[in-house]
Amino acid sequence: MAPAFLGTLIFIILPSLCSFLLSFTKWNLLSPPVLCGLKNYISILSNPLFYKVLFNTIFYSLSISIFGVIIPLLLAVIIDKKIKGADVFKTMYFLPYITPMVIIAIVWEWILDPQRGIVNQLIFRSQIDWLYNSNLAMYSLILVSIWKNIGYNMILILTGLQGIPSSLYEASKLDGAGEIKTFFKITLPLVSPMLFFVMLITMISSFQIFDLIYLMTNGGPENSTNVLVFWIYKNAFEYFKAGEASAIAYILFLIILILSFVQWKLRKKWVYNE
Amino acid sequence: MVFPFLWMVLTSFMEINQIFSDKISLIPQPFIIDNYIHVFTKIPLTGYFINSLFVATLTTAGQIVISAMAAYGFSRMKFPFRDSLFFIILATMMIPPQVNIIPLFFMMSKLHWIDTYQALIIPGLFGGFGVFLLRQWFKSMPYELEESAKIDGCGYVRTFFQIILPLAMPAVATLGIFTFINTWNSFMWPLIVTSSDAMRTLPVGIAAFKGNFVEETQWGQLMACAVISVIPVIAVFLAGQKFLIKSMIIDGMKD
Repeated sequence: MAPAFLGTLIFIILPSLCSFLLSFTKWNLLSPPVLCGLKNYISILSNPLFYKVLFNTIFYSLSISIFGVIIPLLLAVIIDKKIKGADVFKTMYFLPYITPMVIIAIVWEWILDPQRGIVNQLIFRSQIDWLYNSNLAMYSLILVSIWKNIGYNMILILTGLQGIPSSLYEASKLDGAGEIKTFFKITLPLVSPMLFFVMLITMISSFQIFDLIYLMTNGGPENSTNVLVFWIYKNAFEYFKAGEASAIAYILFLIILILSFVQWKLRKKWVYNE
Repeated sequence: MVFPFLWMVLTSFMEINQIFSDKISLIPQPFIIDNYIHVFTKIPLTGYFINSLFVATLTTAGQIVISAMAAYGFSRMKFPFRDSLFFIILATMMIPPQVNIIPLFFMMSKLHWIDTYQALIIPGLFGGFGVFLLRQWFKSMPYELEESAKIDGCGYVRTFFQIILPLAMPAVATLGIFTFINTWNSFMWPLIVTSSDAMRTLPVGIAAFKGNFVEETQWGQLMACAVISVIPVIAVFLAGQKFLIKSMIIDGMKD
């Protein structure tokens, strides 16, 4: 008990309080921090790059949480029909979720390589710069992230689907409703709380994306894939502006807190009990 | 879905000429293992692997013991402010780790822990998730067992290790697999607190290896590294698939 609480205090609570204080200081990580009031926040909010980074983060998270729910939903509905080998499917789809991001990044970089990558060689037969073009890079990252998340989200949605009583399906069948009608009239409304929940947790984790960006695009080209956590890292450990980095971290914290709060409120309302 | 994995394995056995040829072919021809030999002899891949294994194993073991003790206390003992303390620990799950990274880095440098195992392991030992998960489990366990142990003269410590922990195996395994995979995969923290090649974990080591290619990226060698670092994850996953998926679901449902 005592070790857990002390550890949480020293390594989680204390740092987050320090981070808050640091966000009001100028600090290069070496000399002592100097108080500067709200200057960091003002300089961030007046920096056009901040809005670009914020937009990128929101765009990235929103795309993943929308498509990262629609695709797994369709797959979950198919798997739920108890087709043969559903378990093998589940394992296969879950694999990307537990694979280290470094591996995902280098394998996809190889697949999307402009000259030698299999996507360009086999399908497009031209040298498309999937990752080195500021119009495309973000979409490529979103694609990779959706691929990574499909399995996990699908399993969450499956637990939601399995909670729907089969008598409802039977009744709808008796009434002569087709598969598509049943999906929209019964499955979708009943599973929608779970879908919304999955969307929220996907969004919360996407707001914290760092490794994929660091490894695949380094925030580029021209900051087109720069996101909040990557920017925090750059400010703190490359530009040595730890005060400003802490301020950005707190802006991120605020966003996550709001999302977590929504998730928590909604969970009480409708998420299943084991 | 699995094509990227398949392509990773196939490429790792390909010759550089085949990888860079204009004609694409899926099957390695000739089938070579030079890429594997190269990454084991030319870069300290074995060292990275051992570091990752050491850090992940110790973090997992530590997490389990620390979380289990706390969870046991929270579910069985009565003391002032118990519920508020538990709430505080739970609430820390909402703090994104990135918020803490700068003060933690500073703490590590003040302790002279930068580039040591302590920095890689100790901050990872604590977290609300483990306490939360195990407390739920302990609460569902009947009191009678402990009472009879107490009558037989067992103290709290002995009851905990001989009765409670073995009975909580499913929850412990769930937490263990979850922690192992998360630590094995973690990237940002090891990137920040390691500076020498000798301390790098597998993900950071591979990222550094990739960063060293100036002209032509040796995809075959990179894919060999990738295969090697995926194997333990797949092994743990297959061994504990049931527990893992469950833990991931609970992780999503937490807060």
